[in-house]
Amino acid sequence: MTVAAPSTVQPPIGTRRLLAAAGPGLDDHERTFGPLSVTAPAIVDELALAGIDGRGGAGFPLAQKLAAATRRSRRVTTGRGAPLVVGNAAEGEPASRKDAVLLERAPHLVLDGLVVAAAATGATEAVVATSDRLAGYVLRALDERAVRGRDHGVVIDVRVLPHTSFVAGEASALASAVAGGRGVPEDRVVRLTERGPGGRRTVVSNVETLAQAALVARFGAVWARGIGSASAPGTRLVTVSDVTDPGRAVVLETAGGAALGGLLRASRLSTVDPARTRAVLVGGWGGTWVPRDALDATLDVDGLAPWGAAPGAGVLAVLDDRTCPIGVTARIAAALAEASAGRCGPCVNGLPRLAEVVGVLASGRPAGDLAAQVRRVVALVDGRGACHHPDGVARMVRSAMRVFRDDVQAHLGGRCLHAGGAR
Amino acid sequence: MTALHVDWTRCRGRGLCTELLAGRLERDEWGFPIARDGGRTRDVPVRAEELDAARDAVAMCPVQALRLVGR
Repeated sequence: MTVAAPSTVQPPIGTRRLLAAAGPGLDDHERTFGPLSVTAPAIVDELALAGIDGRGGAGFPLAQKLAAATRRSRRVTTGRGAPLVVGNAAEGEPASRKDAVLLERAPHLVLDGLVVAAAATGATEAVVATSDRLAGYVLRALDERAVRGRDHGVVIDVRVLPHTSFVAGEASALASAVAGGRGVPEDRVVRLTERGPGGRRTVVSNVETLAQAALVARFGAVWARGIGSASAPGTRLVTVSDVTDPGRAVVLETAGGAALGGLLRASRLSTVDPARTRAVLVGGWGGTWVPRDALDATLDVDGLAPWGAAPGAGVLAVLDDRTCPIGVTARIAAALAEASAGRCGPCVNGLPRLAEVVGVLASGRPAGDLAAQVRRVVALVDGRGACHHPDGVARMVRSAMRVFRDDVQAHLGGRCLHAGGAR
Repeated sequence: MTALHVDWTRCRGRGLCTELLAGRLERDEWGFPIARDGGRTRDVPVRAEELDAARDAVAMCPVQALRLVGR
């Protein structure tokens, strides 16, 4: 099915798609990908065929989200009640750098993606929500488009977020910030795509998801599925780092379904050595720990499901075999407790309590049945709160207790299996 | 299927719902409602015989943190 005029350039070959252009400017963008022709609402079907899942963490299919925002027959296109598309570049996940890299190197793909999503939903307004630091890349790209008259009938605004804490990128928080609100997670009885702030159907989509949509709009679903795996067609961006050093990270574009070990090797990080890897925290800090046996698993839903994990936001935070895993888990739990927006009782009380109990376990101090206490507090935070932040912490800690069972046992007996580990 | 939706941004753990729906909800150590069956406490399923009590809980919550939603 052709939904747009065929592109005048050859589609990218191999795994360099999002990062295929030589530079971030409009010239490089159009030379590499060709111009974007105005797309039709049928693009949603093409996006569904291409199998684009959300890259912000939840993996929700983009086509489904766009369809949900378009259901109404009356098409209001501007002002109150008109749909709004929001590109999420908050990247509050501490171990993720991919959205920053994407905005820096391919801002025009992101902007094209907003145009595609707007065309699909009948919106004429879109917003990129991001940090102060990254806003500059977007503004520069918008200026280039203004000079060349490339607005495609969509007005794109930039919203600098009031804060870029971990939860700032949560969908309801982001929608609230864009509408001039506090930018903290909100209670949601009705989906954003049905009714968001100001009564508008609101599509919040990660910027990488939108960039992928921009490629599908040009080159089609068949091309998109030409590489990657069944449950991860096309390419995706991955951030690899040592879990104790998220500041030193490498972002890779890979075909979907690549083996975790291969991605670690491809990162060429001096701090990451597959031979000395004990475990990987997959998806994000609120993701799932997998043991070194999982290095053969593929980074897609099918490959990670047996390990209780999912690709999430494409984060691979690597734990080496010299570092005490309980200590690392305790520090991450503490950081995630700090990141709570502080709105909901179980989260604001439970996360610090959980971090405290895991911290005591990490210290090796005798304090009763700590493993049972951890399980108990995990059950208190999981699924209780307006957003899914506490659920992520619960998931991360539960997986740690499972994957690091030997270390947990040792710590319960007052020992640590690692030199220089907790005491 | 009806469910009791908790607006966690409003709940202050006053506990009336845990008294009106004692079979469904108990209080955690900070006073906040938690589903007895171990399920997530965002949308707690409500059986037909509990509907009256659930409506009372919705009406009487001091901070209006509850509502009934259809599933």
